[in-house]
Parts: sequence; C-alpha cells; structure tokens
Amino acid sequence: MTQAFRIENGGLINKDRKLSFKFNGKTYLGYEGDTLASALLANGVHLVGRSFKYHRPRGFFGAGVDEPYAMVQLYRNGETEPNIKATEQELFEGLEAKSVNCWPSVNFDIGAINNFLKIFLPAGFYYKTFMWPKSFWYRIYEPFIRKAAGLGVASTKHDKERYEHKYEYCDLLIAGSGPSGLASAYAAAKNGAKVILAEDKPRFGGSLLTSDVNIGNQSGKDWAEGIIAELKTMPNVVVKNRSQIFGYYDHNMLVMSEKVSDHLPATKKYHPNKRLWYIRAKEVLISSGSIERPIVFGNNDTPGVMLSSAAKEYLKVYGVLVGKKPLVFTNNDSGYETAIEFKKHGVDPIVLDTRKKPESEIIDEAKNLGIKIKNSYVVVAAQGYKKVKSADIASISEDKKQLGEIENLKCDCICVSGFWTPTIHLASQSGNKTKFKEEIDAFVPGQSKQNEVTLGAANGVFSLDETLKTSFKAGSDLSKKITENDNEVAIPNVVEKKSSQHDKFWCVPLPKGKNYKRFLDFQNDVAVSDVEIALREGYRSIEHVKRYTTLGMATDQGKTSNLNGLQLVSEIENKVVPAVGHTTFRPPYTPVSIGAIVGREVGKHSKPTRKSPMHEWHEKNNSVFVDAGVWLRPRYYKKGNENLFEASKREAKNVRTNVGVCDVTTLGKIDVKGPDAAELLNRVYTNAWLKLPVGKARYGVMLREDGIVMDDGTTTRISENHYHMTTTTAQAANVLSHLEYYLQLVWPELNVNVVSTTEQWAGAAIAGPKSRDLLQKLFPNSDVSNEGLPFMGYMEGDLFGVKARIFRISFSGELAYEVNVESDYGNFMWEKIIEVGEEFNIQPYGTEALSTLRIEMGHVAGSELDGRTIPFDNALEGLVSKKKDFIGKRSLERSAFIAEDRQRIVGVVPLDKQTSIPEGSHLVKDDKAPLPNPKLGHISASCWSVEYDNPFSLAILKDGKNMIGQKLFAMSPLKNKVIPVEIVSSHYVDPKGERVRS
Amino acid sequence: MLYINCPHCGMRSQNEFSYGGDASVKRPELNKEVSDQEWDNFVYNRKSLRGKHLELWQHISGCRQWIKVERDTGTHEIFRTFKADEEVA
Repeated sequence: MTQAFRIENGGLINKDRKLSFKFNGKTYLGYEGDTLASALLANGVHLVGRSFKYHRPRGFFGAGVDEPYAMVQLYRNGETEPNIKATEQELFEGLEAKSVNCWPSVNFDIGAINNFLKIFLPAGFYYKTFMWPKSFWYRIYEPFIRKAAGLGVASTKHDKERYEHKYEYCDLLIAGSGPSGLASAYAAAKNGAKVILAEDKPRFGGSLLTSDVNIGNQSGKDWAEGIIAELKTMPNVVVKNRSQIFGYYDHNMLVMSEKVSDHLPATKKYHPNKRLWYIRAKEVLISSGSIERPIVFGNNDTPGVMLSSAAKEYLKVYGVLVGKKPLVFTNNDSGYETAIEFKKHGVDPIVLDTRKKPESEIIDEAKNLGIKIKNSYVVVAAQGYKKVKSADIASISEDKKQLGEIENLKCDCICVSGFWTPTIHLASQSGNKTKFKEEIDAFVPGQSKQNEVTLGAANGVFSLDETLKTSFKAGSDLSKKITENDNEVAIPNVVEKKSSQHDKFWCVPLPKGKNYKRFLDFQNDVAVSDVEIALREGYRSIEHVKRYTTLGMATDQGKTSNLNGLQLVSEIENKVVPAVGHTTFRPPYTPVSIGAIVGREVGKHSKPTRKSPMHEWHEKNNSVFVDAGVWLRPRYYKKGNENLFEASKREAKNVRTNVGVCDVTTLGKIDVKGPDAAELLNRVYTNAWLKLPVGKARYGVMLREDGIVMDDGTTTRISENHYHMTTTTAQAANVLSHLEYYLQLVWPELNVNVVSTTEQWAGAAIAGPKSRDLLQKLFPNSDVSNEGLPFMGYMEGDLFGVKARIFRISFSGELAYEVNVESDYGNFMWEKIIEVGEEFNIQPYGTEALSTLRIEMGHVAGSELDGRTIPFDNALEGLVSKKKDFIGKRSLERSAFIAEDRQRIVGVVPLDKQTSIPEGSHLVKDDKAPLPNPKLGHISASCWSVEYDNPFSLAILKDGKNMIGQKLFAMSPLKNKVIPVEIVSSHYVDPKGERVRS
Repeated sequence: MLYINCPHCGMRSQNEFSYGGDASVKRPELNKEVSDQEWDNFVYNRKSLRGKHLELWQHISGCRQWIKVERDTGTHEIFRTFKADEEVA
C-alpha cells in the first residue's frame, strides 16, 4: 500500500519505522510518530465517519483536540474503546479502528436518508416529533433513535487495564508547552520553583512546531527542544507530555489525565493505562494557545474541508499533504502561511482572501513565491459528496452582502481560516470573568478569581515577541514571590513576520435560489438555519439556544463552533457579541475515560475490606461471607451440600438447644473515659446512666436531635471512670463523630475522652442453654454462676493465660455471654472455645442465624432502626427516661410522634404457616383494592422461626399496638406475591425474657 | 476540591473533612423549657444563604477535631478557620 500523499522530506515522524494498521478492515501503512489521522491522510483516506444527525460523510477537520468529526472505535489488545479522536490517537503496530455512526458501512450508510429528510429534522426536532402516539416512544421511536445515534459502542467486558490516581503539589502549574508555556516554565524553574509543565500532545512546543519563526538564532522548534531538554534535567521540574489538564476546580486544584499507554500496542507490565493527577498549585499559568475557527459556507462539512492550521500541521509535523490541488480560504494572514508551506513542497495552492487589499510581510512572501491570490473572494459552497471535488467561488462586495458571478474551481481540499479563538476554557472554569476583545472578535480572560494567569495566544496575544516577553516575566515574577530567588533569564531575540488585521467576516451569504447547508457545529449537525429557527421560535438566551439546537454540545464542546454561533445570534438579534455572552465552560475540557476517573477504586477496591482476627478460621471452615459495612462476616458455615436456608436453620437451632459461637468483632467499640463519663452517657442515651455500678452493663438507645433512633448497644462500666461502649457495626463511625461533636462543641465543660477501640478487641458471642457450662470450663477460676455473673454482669477472666473481658449480654435471647480478648489473641480465643465446646456440641453460627435468633425474639436491628423510627416504634419507650433530659428528647413531643395510631413494631405470621414473606412487602387491608393500595406498614425483617418451624417476620405497622390478632395481606409486587397474614406480638419466642436470666 | 486550613494541622484537602452544617446554631440548654418554634429553629430551620457562612467541619481523617470555617457558599472562598472554642470576631 502506498502512502501517496506523504512528502519525501520533512515532518517529525520516524520514517525508519513503518507501522501497519487497519481501518474499516483494510490494511494501511504509516510511520512511527503518526496519528491515526495523519496516517490515513497519507494514504488519501478522507472519509472517516458519518455525521450525527444527517449521516453526511465526514472527514478530518482539525489535527488535535478540537476535532469535531473523526471519532473512531478503537480495538487494542483484545479490548475496544469508543469515542477516540483519530487526530489524537497515536499510531502503533497493529492498531485497528472502525468508523462509527454508520450502518452498514461508512461508504454506504442507510441513515444518510436523513439528509434528504432534513426538512423534518430541524432544530428542536427531539422536542417536536416522536411525541405521538405516546405508547410509540418506548416501543418504536426510542429504540430506533438509539440505534441511529451514538458515537460508538462501549465495551461490556471487565476492563483489564489499570488506572492510577496521583496527588501532587507544586508552585507553578503550566498548562501547555507552546512558546508562553516554555518561557514561563523556564523562568520559574531558574528561580528554583517547583514546576509542572503539561502538554496534551506527544510532542512539546505547541505552535513552534509549525510556525516559521526564529528565536535566539535558531528555529522555533529547535529552541523549544533545547528548553525542554534543559527543563528535563532540573530536579524541581516535572514535564509531562500526553497529559491533558481538563478541569480547574476550587482552590487551585486542577486535574490532569496522563495517557501512559494509549500510544503502545499493549500496556506494559505494572504500568497503568492512564494516570489521573490531582494537582494543587500555588499559581497556575494557562498557556493553552488558540484554536483556528472556520468560516461558514455552503456544504462546509464535506470531507476535504479542514482548518488551514490543521493542513499546515499535517504537512510540517507528519509530512502529509492533505491535498494536491489545495484551495485556501482565509480572512487573515494565517491562510498564507499554509499556502506557503504547500508551495515549498511543490504544490500550487490558490488563496481566496475575503479582504480587499491586505498587505503584510507574509502576504509579500506568498506573492514572491508566485502563489495565486484572489482578493475579495469567497467560497460559496464545496462540491463533491464523499470528498471535495471543486468549489463554487465568487467575488464579494465590500459590505459582504452581495456575491458576484459564481465560478467553479477544481480543487481537492479547502483549507479554511477564520482567525483564532483563544482557548479560555481553563480560565473560565476557574471563575475568571472573561471579556470580549474587539480586535480579535473573541473572548479572553478578564478578572481572575483564583491564582491564575493566562498567557500568549490563550490571552489573545498573537505576536511571538510579546508572548515571550510577558511569559518570561510572568514565570519569573510569580516564582520570585514563592522562592524569593531572582535569577535573571536573558530573553532571546525573535524574528517573526508581522501580520495584518484580519477581516471580521465569518459567514458567506447564500446565493439566490440556493439552499446549501452551512454548518456552524459540525459534530452535532447544527446549521445556520437551525439557529435561525430557534430564534424565530422565541429562544433568546444563548444557553437556551444551545440546548434547543445542541449547538456547542457533545464531545468537542463547540471548540470550533461556539464563536460563530454567537456571531450569528448577535447578528440576528442585532446585538453585539459580548451582550449575547458565551455559554458556561465546564470541565472536562475534552472527554476523559471513566476508568481514569474511577482509578483503582473498582470492585473490591472501591472500599477497604476489614477482616476479623478469626477470618482465616472461618475460611478454613467453609464460611460463606457477606459484606457488613466494610467488614466481611461469616453468613453461614456450609456443611456438605447445604444451602443458606438449611445451614442457617441448623446453626440457629443449635443455639436454641445446645450452644453456638458467633464472631462479633465487627461491633463498634468506643472507650469513654473521664470523671464526667457517666454524665455524657446520661445525656447521650435515653435511659438513666448515673447509677450504673462498676462491673455492670446496660442496654441503651441514642437518638438524633430530631427524635429518630440513631443507634443502640450495651455500655459497660469497667471501672469508676471508664466505660466500654458498643455500637452497631454500621453506625460505629457516626456514633464516634456524634460524641465528639457534643464533647467539643456543645458541652466542652465535660471532662471526658472518647476513642474508637473497635480494632483493639476481638469478640465472640457464646449463646445457648449450655453456654454457662462451656464458660465455666473456659474460665475454671472464675465464678460464672447466675449469682457470680448475673444477667448484664461483667467480669474479667483468665482464658488459658490470656486476659479476657466477659460480658453477660444477649442478642439471641438465649442465656449468652460475650468474651473479648485483645485482637492478637482473637484466633486463640476462638479455637479454645471451639475445642472446649466440643463436648457441648458447639457450632459456629453466622449472621443469617444471628438474624433468625434476634427476629423471633423481637430484638430490633438496622432494618428497624432505619432512620425513620422513634423509640416507641421499636417498643423501646420503656427505655425513655421521663425524669432527665437527653439528646432528642424535646422532639419526642412532636404531634406525629405521640399520635394515637403511631406505627409500631409487630410480628407477622403467614396464615398458611408456609410462605416466607419477602422483606420490604407492604401490609394492606384489602388485597383487591385499586392502586395505589393504602399501605399500613412494611415488613422490616423475615426469618424461618426455628422455635415454631414456620416463617416469621417483623413489621413496622400503623397503630401496631392495637393490631395484634388482625388479618392483613403482605403484598410484594416485586416478587409478585400476595400473602394473607396474621399480626402477632413481636416477641414471638420467650416473651417474658426468662432465658437470658436463667 | 476545597483546601481547608485546619487550625490544628494546617492546609488539608477537603476529602479529609466531613461537613457539619451551620456553626451559628446553638443547642438549647438541657432541662430548659423550649418552645416549639425555638426547637424547630434548632433542629430543622436553616438559612440557605448565598455568601459568607460560618460552618462546621470535622477533620475526620486527621485530628478528628470539629472546626469552624468561614466560607462563601457562592464562590467557595474560605476566609478564616477557627478552633471549636475560638471566638469568631
């Protein structure tokens, strides 16, 4: 395969290394250093995709991040990624890409019929059509639009690539390595400042790579290379290519996406695919340059029409001619620079200049080279369907309203230059109040809000000499403030050709009787006529026009279209552009992979995993784990072919008949110490705490100030001024913050310290009628009789030489104890309990059995304490002190909380004693009532009662107190179940609580 | 992401902190008669103002101290930070 459009000499690519790649199934050759775009153009391929709405053929418009068309689906190393700009994707051996938004192929696309239906697809068509009949939306319109629209297909496979996050701090962050970025970075680096210089392209230098200038007696490109080489040797400087700063956030935090591996056939071992940098900078210098803007004319989206700067870049950087019969259409001197480059490589361009009689050094040079120039001329329309074949051109009157006679000129590309738009995205994101600069017809940064300065072309300064002077000074001044060094840097002399004033012309009028589409926004197919419709229909605010027409939306965010859109609105509205204003710039500047944003926090890494010291034992004994907050807890221990239901039933039954042991390490534990500890507890819990003796535990409930239950647990008085508080697993962190809040802000006079000790203690609950016998064998030297260690008692014991804390507390409702030892002895404790417990038929039990046991006892847990219930709802009003004040007490007087028919916890049993009731089911009076069927309550937790061998549930039910004995229906539309049920007491087993005291 | 000067630890990123609401709200004293209106004002009613706002943050991934931050809710500018017991002049 030949590269017919590659020039023999020139370009910065490595011609010694040929790369083969595939596009739409066909194999081509390119060189190392190419982008996919430049390699395709070298092979004469201009047709890369179809447009979003009308499916018109589209080619390449730019040469970098501004590209609105050339998005491809990329295939790399067994993976695929959509929405890749061909102009940014570097070529590698074996690269494969396909066109998007076309079916069945880019050459023959059925959707192109939309181009002939365009009269039916005007601005706002989404809002106007497909509205009727209503039922058609889901079945017909929506699936059709989905198939027709979109820019590629996301992979459904798990992403094998790794993405990293990195936090960095620096004195100066410099966005862009063009002349202003290099000069300011160099000056700041010389003053010893910590500098990060970021460049989105693979090559440093920005405009210096393509401009014909001289700095300090070298070419601009050589000067840039020299500066970069020196910066790279400096320890206080980080230079990063392939790194796009895409967001400017609060307090000088910027985020940068570094493409570490996208230019390689496969990511290297241990390397990430992308690295996201969060950079906190003291000062930010924005040297993001400018983007050429198009002139609007008929069929200006035909493949072969492209920005003149892009044509120059393809030639100078990649050694590729975008055409051999180029037409340059310009309103300023930049077009001449492109024409001169063509001429130097033996190609004869024709320049159409909208200006009548422009004069400058650049134009003189073009004339001297014999380039043909037509002044006061415009391109009226491009001709050709899949590629430019010719251009209809005409002279234009001085008021730019009348076209002369139309002539047809053969050409194979049209390079268009409508002057330059500063890239002010980052400045605007930082909160900078931008202002309109009349001389350049564009917005530039104005009043800074954060520590940010914009330099060079991004600031609307297009003279290299001035750019370098201001940038050296900015780098030097800003770094001096930080490092207090003042090392002078000599400013090199600059040779550049002077430009003349551009013509404020941006849109070619339609000739009489012609109705060419003149596109403003190429990515979204927004034409001049669409904006006209929007305004005719009454849209005025530019933000509304944007949303109605989609002008400036989608992945390129209007980099080439925004200003022309504003020009049009201001012209029709008869306002000046600054009065129309621009739409808000928001991050990201350019699309960023979701993978890069997520980083390593994926799957199991999305949060830490905490394991108890006994975890290995559980694993070895066939535990099936469940996530409990960030903890992994045994859900059940599988024996043989048991399933969850069978295993948990066996485990729960063994607790009721023999003895079981459960890992309760995950419970939150807080040490509360100090002379005022009792007073704090008394204010935090709803019940009384001042008289709890040493060596005793008490169950407590704490509320939020709004009266809702926050958490429950037991707290034990270990010694005079030392309490051991336990919380639920889920609320541990919140309860600690809650206590700290009151101690630090509300009652700082209380002399108390709180600290989390959750990780310091391993805990085992030993429950069941035989638990005391087992405990006595574990602690032969302690008196654990009912008298020696009564219910809610506490003592310390010696567990085969290990100091242990023994609490007689019960969640299962059985005679039960909780033993704590220091975490490092957790496994030792557990193995001893299992070993000694063997003669009592001990079995470990998991959270599922634990739930069963507590549910049939009517003990509340997280599913009842769900942030919507007060003590009464949970039958805990007996724990609410009438005598003392506490957090949230005043709220309990609210009328809804004391209403006669207030919701309350009840037990629920299915009438058939067979059907388990799904959690979340609604309780209703009449299962045949029309929807919405009034809900009386909901099922909060369900289990299979091992005591009665039938299903049992807890529910929070309206007027629950008076509903015992009633027959209702539990309805679960999700599970498609309607179950007749009877309401019973929530204390299904041992209602008097005799077992725990036995 | 905000950059908050913890009066105990120095400049730290927002992700070390958790937000705690309006710092000017005073809890009614314990055991004191409180009208419904007063209690509602304490528990529920908050001004959602645009501009300078004194608010609470807790340095949860740091010193765990609750601090007061004077911040503009519109621009996110932080003017000053205070220790919990520091008087805000």
